[in-house]
Amino acid sequence: MSFFGLLPLWVLMTSFLAAIVIFMLPEERHGLRSTLNLVAAVVKIGLIILLIRLVAQQETPEVSLEILPGLSLVLRADALAMLFAGLSSILWLCTTLYAIGYLENSPNRSRFFGYFSLCVASTMGISLAGNLFTFLIFYELLTLSTYPLVVHRGTPQSLKAGRTYLAYTLSGGVVLLVGVALFYAFVGDLAFGQTSQMAEFTETSPIASAIIFLLLIGGMAVKAALFPFHGWLPTAMVAPAPVSALLHAVAVVKAGAFGIIRVIYDVFGIELAWQQGYVLPLSLLASFTILYGSWRALQQTDIKKRLAFSTVSQVSYIVLGVTLLGPIGTVGGLVHLLHQGLMKVTLFFCAGNYAETLGIHKIHELNGTGRRMPMTSAAFTLGALGMIGIPPVAGFISKWYLGTGALAAGMDWVIWVLIGSSLLNAAYFLPVLYRIWFLPQQGQWPHEAFTQWRDTAPLLLIPALITAALSVAAGLFAGSDLSPLSWARLIVIREYQP
Amino acid sequence: MAHFPIAGLIVFPLLGALVSLALSKRWRTVMSFILITALLLNNVSLLFQFYGQGTFNEAMGNWSAPLGIELRVDGLALIFSLMSALVASVCALYACVYLSATQLKLFWPFFWFLWAALNSIWLSSDLFNLYVGLELLSLAAVGLVALSRDATSLAAALRYLFAALLGSIGYLLGVALLYATYGTLSLPELSQHFSLTLSSAVALGFMCIGLLMKTAVFPMHSWLPPAHGGALTPVSALLSALVIKASFYIVLRLWTELSLEIASASAGMLMGILGSAAILWGGWMALNQTHLKLVIAYSTLAQVGYFMLIFPLLSPVDAHASHLAFQGGVLMLLAHALAKAGMFLAAGNLLFCSGQKDLKSLAGLSRYRPLNIFAFGLAGVSIMGLPPSGGFNGKWLLIQSAMLQSQWVWVAVIIMGSLLSAAYIFRVFSYTYREVEGGDSFKQPAAVLEWTALSLSVLSILLGLASMLVLDLLPISAVVAQ
Repeated sequence: MSFFGLLPLWVLMTSFLAAIVIFMLPEERHGLRSTLNLVAAVVKIGLIILLIRLVAQQETPEVSLEILPGLSLVLRADALAMLFAGLSSILWLCTTLYAIGYLENSPNRSRFFGYFSLCVASTMGISLAGNLFTFLIFYELLTLSTYPLVVHRGTPQSLKAGRTYLAYTLSGGVVLLVGVALFYAFVGDLAFGQTSQMAEFTETSPIASAIIFLLLIGGMAVKAALFPFHGWLPTAMVAPAPVSALLHAVAVVKAGAFGIIRVIYDVFGIELAWQQGYVLPLSLLASFTILYGSWRALQQTDIKKRLAFSTVSQVSYIVLGVTLLGPIGTVGGLVHLLHQGLMKVTLFFCAGNYAETLGIHKIHELNGTGRRMPMTSAAFTLGALGMIGIPPVAGFISKWYLGTGALAAGMDWVIWVLIGSSLLNAAYFLPVLYRIWFLPQQGQWPHEAFTQWRDTAPLLLIPALITAALSVAAGLFAGSDLSPLSWARLIVIREYQP
Repeated sequence: MAHFPIAGLIVFPLLGALVSLALSKRWRTVMSFILITALLLNNVSLLFQFYGQGTFNEAMGNWSAPLGIELRVDGLALIFSLMSALVASVCALYACVYLSATQLKLFWPFFWFLWAALNSIWLSSDLFNLYVGLELLSLAAVGLVALSRDATSLAAALRYLFAALLGSIGYLLGVALLYATYGTLSLPELSQHFSLTLSSAVALGFMCIGLLMKTAVFPMHSWLPPAHGGALTPVSALLSALVIKASFYIVLRLWTELSLEIASASAGMLMGILGSAAILWGGWMALNQTHLKLVIAYSTLAQVGYFMLIFPLLSPVDAHASHLAFQGGVLMLLAHALAKAGMFLAAGNLLFCSGQKDLKSLAGLSRYRPLNIFAFGLAGVSIMGLPPSGGFNGKWLLIQSAMLQSQWVWVAVIIMGSLLSAAYIFRVFSYTYREVEGGDSFKQPAAVLEWTALSLSVLSILLGLASMLVLDLLPISAVVAQ
């Protein structure tokens, strides 16, 4: 097969091979390991760009391998896959930079970066999966490879968090497994997008179809942190900051949200799912999660915990968007997958910077940090404003499309959810910004480091600035052909006009 | 094209036993590895012959059955023979480095007898030859358990011996009854005349009970954890990966050749219930152990339960579903052999590092021996049945078969078993991530020890991607009587 035909495999392999080589390298080879990591990340972005160009020209490169009778492992690059793969590859590069800075002089870096690359490989597999079975494989692999990162510090607290994390994600995985197994036993080995057979099946046995839907969505909902399956996310925040940033703000929760999109659009088809009445309960649950997450975020005093509950709420915007019948709401949901990733990663980077530079973990300790760390604080501010939905940051675009999409679908009550949540977002972010910029410093910083730098170590600062800039750019240039919004529109056009 | 004879699979190991008793220390090792290479080649040659012509037989010394000994190579026999060759050769390599000189001197003859017995069981299609193989196997295995020479493992070996003898008696009684009824012990001939009468049911009942006792199926399992947990590491690996499979293999042969699923549905049900109990009990006990090797030994009990689920899923009416169950079960057997051997070897290395048997002594090891933990983890993935791994594919096929036949109970049991196994594997894993006060004082194992463990674990994962190579050897005609 040609080089271009095998591109999906190469995209997966860049991080997978990186993981294997990193595991083999001795602990002390820090320079070589960092170089290898960055080279792999850059190569991956290059490959993704090639793939995106192919997909834009209506091609869908595909690699498949039959591993059991009537059961194939399929990697396929379609428009939706590239949305998630593009996001992960860009953020992998930023987070790798950040992690190199963050973990400087700490032990067990070989283990950390090895599993980190493995996580990215799993995320790539999830985005490129061409059928439910392949999706399941990488979904479980993601669980396995994130566990060592959650317990990385080896403290009793992190081991406990690891147990909680596993209890949730493995149970979710098992529910998904049963759903997928039922799908294969009774419907067949279908690629994503072949929804016609599912429609026939639903006609003949509506109850089995409903059960399959429930199991598939239930399995995904755990990782997407939908209420009441969100409990693991705040607990997992004991992990090092780069892990919280990339995995818990982006890869893991997004894998769940992405799976929900796949199930609704490419397994059942949105029209069928609406006709059968599967989707409305899901939009209600997502709406509730949006408000509940925001409400809980308001009560947190720990910065990372507040961000975690904010993630619970924000990921449900994606789910809400894709459950709105009609193209506009779908665009809102899809584009938020990217926008939320950029903004939330920025916020977590900044939270990590505050913790590493000044030893700040609690919100009330943030007073006056704007003067000590202006750049970090500026990036944090942009991220927070984006979350509230203030233009021109990217979050505004998402909320705009969600709102108009809801009106177009005739679900006016969604507007009230959006307004309520935005008010809550403002209520938990604006006081933080006020403390950062307008209140004076109170006494000594808890634990000051990096005093040789004006703000913080460059490797910690630069990734935060890049992602903050990207979140603004995604909003400012939303109309351009290269923006996430344009790509989301392309996906929706292809979904609704097959 | 000339091929190795089938008999090579039995002659080479017997030659090994002879050589290891007669030769001096250095030549013993050299000859052993030459013979291991010969056996591997012999297996590969038979595999190609099978690809060429399908199932084939060979009469030893040209004495044909029923008078002489006839050996048969079909897909199932080949899979098991290849599996033993892989696991045994890696374990032998491990043992050479791991065992002391005096232990090694005794290890080799037992090891070779064990291998000869295993191959004779895979290849025989005669109930009496199978009995001889079983006896030789039990004696060699008991000898290997007793190698560690401390009081507890001697007691375990004795207990094992009693259980094995009891199992043999049951089996032999059944065989005698069958012979009295049908006047033949050759399986192909029996299958032509067999019908389920009271006497044949009693005979099969005795045989199955005896064989299941040797396989350590719940509730006849209590001899296994002390024997497998207390033995020397390479021995534990051989016992868990291969020895218990032999008696199970005979049950599976009896079941499919005599088409017992047609004769009696309730017997299959009973096997399934025993298996389910084993899955849940073994998993639960594994979760509550404080010694690493006992966790793994109890995990073997649970895994045996999965194999038992083949029987209720062999259906007289749905050939496709039966085929899936059979393929899934065999895949589970194979994946378990690779993963469990890899896991025992990796665990042996960890215990070697800390010098203690306790799970608590593992603290800090994931930092000190990441490669070894990785080997343990990969094997764990297959044991838990998470994708991609041979264990997952096997489980998947079993689940598919159960779903197609609407036998939801087994689906539920498999799922619960998976969660339990995830719990006990990750429990071990989390111990290695612990950080405790005080410096580490670990011994470093030789590189060979770690790489042998890793190679088996990696194979159990690769099996998840290359399952078709194995399943192609098991066409639907191997399961369903034509």
